[in-house]
Amino acid sequence: MSTTTYQQPSLQGYYGKFGGAYIPEMLHRNVEELRNRYLEIMQETSFQKEFRELLKDYVGRPTPLYLAKRLSKEFNTQIYLKREDLNHTGAHKINNTVGQILLAKRLGKKRIIAETGAGQHGVATATVCALKGVECIVYMGEKDIERQAPNVARMKMLGAKVIPATSGSKTLKDATNEAIRDWINNPNDTHYIIGSVVGPHPYPDMVAKFQSVISEEMRWQLKEKTGSELPTHVLACVGGGSNAAGAFYHFLDELSVQLIAVEAAGHGINSGLSAATTQLGKPGVLHGSKSLVMQTEDGQVVEPHSISAGLDYPGIGPLHAHLFASGRAEFLSATDDEALEAAFHLAKLEGIIPALESAHALAVFNYKKFKESDVVVVCLSGRGDKDLATYMKAM
Amino acid sequence: MSRIKNLFETKQRHVLNVYCTAGYPQLDSTIKVMKALQENGADLIELGMPYSDPLADGPVIQHSSTIALANGMTIKTLFEQLKDSRKDINVPLILMGYMNPVMQYGFEKFCADAASVGVDGLILPDLPEYEFETEYGAIIMKHGLDFIFLVTPETSEERIKKLDTLSTGFLYAVSSSSTTGSDKNMTDVNAYLQRLKSYGLKNPVLVGFGIKDKTTFETACANANGAIIGTAYIKALENSNDVEKTTKEFLNNVLR
Repeated sequence: MSTTTYQQPSLQGYYGKFGGAYIPEMLHRNVEELRNRYLEIMQETSFQKEFRELLKDYVGRPTPLYLAKRLSKEFNTQIYLKREDLNHTGAHKINNTVGQILLAKRLGKKRIIAETGAGQHGVATATVCALKGVECIVYMGEKDIERQAPNVARMKMLGAKVIPATSGSKTLKDATNEAIRDWINNPNDTHYIIGSVVGPHPYPDMVAKFQSVISEEMRWQLKEKTGSELPTHVLACVGGGSNAAGAFYHFLDELSVQLIAVEAAGHGINSGLSAATTQLGKPGVLHGSKSLVMQTEDGQVVEPHSISAGLDYPGIGPLHAHLFASGRAEFLSATDDEALEAAFHLAKLEGIIPALESAHALAVFNYKKFKESDVVVVCLSGRGDKDLATYMKAM
Repeated sequence: MSRIKNLFETKQRHVLNVYCTAGYPQLDSTIKVMKALQENGADLIELGMPYSDPLADGPVIQHSSTIALANGMTIKTLFEQLKDSRKDINVPLILMGYMNPVMQYGFEKFCADAASVGVDGLILPDLPEYEFETEYGAIIMKHGLDFIFLVTPETSEERIKKLDTLSTGFLYAVSSSSTTGSDKNMTDVNAYLQRLKSYGLKNPVLVGFGIKDKTTFETACANANGAIIGTAYIKALENSNDVEKTTKEFLNNVLR
């Protein structure tokens, strides 16, 4: 008997028809090494011990599951916020970088490379590299370097070298291309810490597993607070999809739990300035996996738009493409303006300034109605400090 | 017999394959470039289908892709340009590109149309062997196209033998672990190519990456059937206002 699971990809890294490892031969040995060893290393007792200790003492986990009473009252339902914004470095990104730096050390790698858009994953990578004394190179689009000066300064203060990606559209997708090219040119001593559930197999599965601590905690926290481990809904924003993968993970095969992914609609889905990949994308190959990709008729990848740099990506992880295609998760979207409004609303109502990414998830309450008895968990993936410049403009 | 196989039946040494991005330097220069390459000694021509995100390519070829895309090059346009090319071009023609644009065109339609305009083989560096074996290889074969896999100095013996089995036409030996156009030295290339030779591969071997002039071409040819030049030729075209003259000078420097 074959059991289908949403959690586990096939041996070749496929979730349904999405995934795989569409990589040039020059990357084969590195990706193969990772594929052969990631599960075994992650299951080692010593790895688990070190990973768990760092999450607790360095990252500050478990993060609270907070019943947002005023927000719940306003929308006439029960809204719990999973406070990933309270993690060290201000977002969920560090769950993954802590895991991957420990893995890289066990693989004997001496040099870490990473891509970053807004700089959150770059900061989280630079942080763990400082912690472990490993050389760190972060690729960042030239345009993003201009837009995200504080995070560039953070990375530099943490000892990382920030290299501008000057090819193509000079943003996240090009930074990812440059990081992959660096890996091709440095096949022996380098590990590439990808920041989302994208890239060739085993990255989507590996990153999802490192982020799955989010839903692992949700389950026992919900049990304590509501008497049941299962909520009725889990809501999370999706760019590449790492916080959503973590928030959904331990509920993926609990079919009573409704999963809701919120994409960035930018100026509106059909405005030409959007990042809602499931609405606008077609099956294709980007950054080493088959998934949904925003592209022209001729198969050239297009530049998306979102007010939130973390959602400004023309693809989506293959797990999410499968959740969309299979109907396991509902995919909604929020525009730039709706996200801004939701951010201000949460700040005033609950005293929490969310990241613009997370605000997209919160914006859904304005048009999707929940029952009074529903238990809706929202992954508050990051804090809003990095978005202050945008918020100030909107005041 | 395929044009590529035929070539290697008649010429086993010093086979020269030259890469150029389709639609570069001008949208309509594709055929002009091909003719100039043929007239001046190229044995095979590899045309790059420009893509927005060419992972395996270094800055020079990326830049040529960006320009070709800005010129308006698409797979459809390329096939229109190639439609009558077999009147003048006799050397084998290989298309090189990435999976995404080919998938959007429709993989089967792509193979059918490529074959019908006289294309002989394909290099798709991000089509992995698992997907080739389970899905795409049969379609490529059905339309009579050769498929060329890449191997690198990091590729294991077992895997090289497997990729050789799956390849038809020739095997593309990447000289160092790098993107195209990198300046890694070629000192270790002899040992690597001798290793390939010792495996008794069924395909001829062409060496690519880092071949830029007579010296590097000769180094590659000492232990392989020939070599592939890409970046150096694109660089030459970059500063040229006369494709014929530049191509003649460039190939004379490599071959004579």
